[in-house]
Amino acid sequence: MNETPLSRGATWLAALTGNATGLPGYPPSVRVVDAPLAGQPARYIAVVPDAESSYPRARTGETGLVEGWALAQAVHEAIATDREGAKRAIVAVIDVSSQAYGRREEAFGIHQALAGAAGAYAQARQHGHPVIGLIVGKAMSGAFLAHGYQANRLIALNDDGVMVHAMGKAAAARVTLRSVEDLERLAADVPPMAYDIASYATLGLLWKLVDVGSAEQPSAADVDIVRGALVAALDNINTDPVPDLRSRLGGANRQASSLVREKLREQW
Amino acid sequence: MNTSPLSLTGHNSFVELDARARVRALLDAGTFRELIDPFERMTSPWLARQGVVTQSDDGVVVGKGQIDGQPAVVLAIEGAFQGGSLGEVGGAKIAGALELAAEDNRKGVPTRAVILFETGGVRLQEANLGLAAIAEIHSAIVDLRQYQPVIGVVAGSVGCFGGMSIAAGLCSYLVVTREARVGLNGPQVIEQEAGIAEYDSRDRPFIWSFTGGEQRFRTGLVDAYVQDDTTEIRNTVAGLLRQGRPEVERSDQYALYLERLSSYDARVQATPEAVRQVYHVNHVNSAGAGHE
Repeated sequence: MNETPLSRGATWLAALTGNATGLPGYPPSVRVVDAPLAGQPARYIAVVPDAESSYPRARTGETGLVEGWALAQAVHEAIATDREGAKRAIVAVIDVSSQAYGRREEAFGIHQALAGAAGAYAQARQHGHPVIGLIVGKAMSGAFLAHGYQANRLIALNDDGVMVHAMGKAAAARVTLRSVEDLERLAADVPPMAYDIASYATLGLLWKLVDVGSAEQPSAADVDIVRGALVAALDNINTDPVPDLRSRLGGANRQASSLVREKLREQW
Repeated sequence: MNTSPLSLTGHNSFVELDARARVRALLDAGTFRELIDPFERMTSPWLARQGVVTQSDDGVVVGKGQIDGQPAVVLAIEGAFQGGSLGEVGGAKIAGALELAAEDNRKGVPTRAVILFETGGVRLQEANLGLAAIAEIHSAIVDLRQYQPVIGVVAGSVGCFGGMSIAAGLCSYLVVTREARVGLNGPQVIEQEAGIAEYDSRDRPFIWSFTGGEQRFRTGLVDAYVQDDTTEIRNTVAGLLRQGRPEVERSDQYALYLERLSSYDARVQATPEAVRQVYHVNHVNSAGAGHE
């Protein structure tokens, strides 16, 4: 049998949970694992490729109809289970190359499926679950909105293969009527357009950028470093007065976001 | 764009109104007050350095006032500016206003929100800042709808796409016209990514048969299907606000949607009829105020 190389999401999910078995009741493309973090129960969730998916446009790790609703299920079930007791941490292990682009997806309302996921994560945070988004690969557009962008804290590996963006380079060039070269030249000057994670960090949206030896095949030491960052994030979340997203404000290249809010408050 | 409520065809078109006139039309007469109005010139700091002409409101109107005598904020995206795309400033106007509405409710002031979607989603010239603002809008909608229904309206003609279609999916109720389209990915992007056989972006009847307002209503993905008529839209929005929060938000119905999707064999390409079958909505009983 051929060994399929694991996606980064699958690799990190397995590493952080000590290869614990995934929960039943989810599609093969959404892996949900309960394992401890800092000695407390936590739920780890990743979207992974499923070459056998009956949805042809969602076979290589895209977040599609079933993935969106299954993410919602994984998060809602944690909220329901913990309703009376301690709220477990939820770790979204993020390696999502894109949402699924296809006729089936639009027909059955992929926007609604991704709303299911985004809404579930937002409710988990608002109900007091510490939610951490760990970006180990690509965090693209609608897929990232559905899986991870609602986290209390975002952590990214400092690696060339780690990327946050609204649209792939080639498509973005076509839509904005520019060449890929023009787009790259512009991106060097305009931080929100850049594709590298260091530029993204200047926007103030990341809590931590973490150096590892290998993002692709992490060593035991790499896994320890990342686990340490997750634990530190938990502690930091505990200092928040309210479970909203205000810790993302204040970035050097995101001043208008704060100014608009100040003016709205004055005029409200 | 025409700012007069009287269209050439003589009816009271909402679609032909610009964003500011739409906000004014939904609020009780004489109560409209704009926050961060165009005279403040809160323009995009990112478009100018790319040689793109800015607009003094960045394409978003924030109107406070009353609906049915109750406090309300109406947020409208101007489809005529940069395709209704959201950048840092426009995105923060929507997110910030929704955050303040939720804060009002926590203090006992029952402020409601209506969002008028005419948007292709993230403004690619501000890429990651648009995406971040949209995540904040999602968060704020989910927060506010714990207290009050959040109403989305997609009138036309731009439609509602990208990350903002997810925002529409988080609203308690959605109102659409026949002109409206709601979908995650724009037709051209799907055609580029998946090929013309998958999605022909130039075939308008095909596009509308899947993402148009009528199909979305018949498949239960929106709550009200209305004529392009300002009075009807205004009455529908007010009626949904009076109805209060839904028993279960659509976006929380993962079990229902997973069960429905499990009855669809995805190896077979989708048709509009198949969606109607799988989502077998009894639209006579569906919430809202369809005009039929």
